[in-house]
Amino acid sequence: MLVALFVGFAALLVVTSLMVVLHKNPVTSALFLVLAFCSLAGIYLLLNAEFLGMVQIVVYAGAIMVLFLFVIMYLNLQHDVETGVQIAVRRGVGWLAGAGLLLVGVTLLRRGWTLGPTNDAMAGAEHGNVAAIGRVLYSRYLFPFEITSILLLVAMVGVIIIARGRGQAEPDVGTGAKEDA
Amino acid sequence: MIPLSWLIALSAVVFTIGVVGVLVRRNALVIFMSVELMLNAANLAFVAFANHMKSLDGQVFVFFVMTVAAAEVAIGLAIIVHLFRLRETVFVDEIHLLKG
Repeated sequence: MLVALFVGFAALLVVTSLMVVLHKNPVTSALFLVLAFCSLAGIYLLLNAEFLGMVQIVVYAGAIMVLFLFVIMYLNLQHDVETGVQIAVRRGVGWLAGAGLLLVGVTLLRRGWTLGPTNDAMAGAEHGNVAAIGRVLYSRYLFPFEITSILLLVAMVGVIIIARGRGQAEPDVGTGAKEDA
Repeated sequence: MIPLSWLIALSAVVFTIGVVGVLVRRNALVIFMSVELMLNAANLAFVAFANHMKSLDGQVFVFFVMTVAAAEVAIGLAIIVHLFRLRETVFVDEIHLLKG
């Protein structure tokens, strides 16, 4: 049952990822990416990572993809025009490079590798995955967790500065932000 | 129990699809989506090993990767919007001058 579910989610993930890369229309690519993220969330659920499965849906399929779709529609992009010899050559080179990379990966996986000793049980996992993650996040990883909040703050300020644009901001500082909103 | 090698192989395949997307596509937004695919492939490997080793550290790492990815997407899309205002295109072929 578990393996069958995994095979289903994995097939969906590979097919939707390929469609993201292959489809001409960026909006369709973005919607296929949402589907890919959802199937990845399903795989996370199968791997005892319930918290990450939920965060994957909320953050990736929700917030990040809404941002993507918003920008695609804001820029009013048409279908990609992808014709010409140069682009055909580059597409061939791209697929060849991808095949080479996959070959390297397969070779490395086939060399035979082992893992170190495993723990007997997840620390504090008896109250469920979310509680266990929270306990680890607020004890051992407290400092990185706080740094993450600073990172998000810096990113937010940076986005506002970049998206506002230099041209409008300097002449009228007071109304520059309103025009873009 | 799902075999670990299947999960790593799936992660490798998705990562490769992301690399091909970055190499093949011209639209900066689709290139960005391919980068997201690569990040998610790495996350899948983290979760797979965390499940196999029965450790939570891998899952916490995935949490941090997701945070960084969110920040990266916000900044990157802002740059693309700004670039579109300057050059009226998001095709990376047509954006080839450092001094725009």
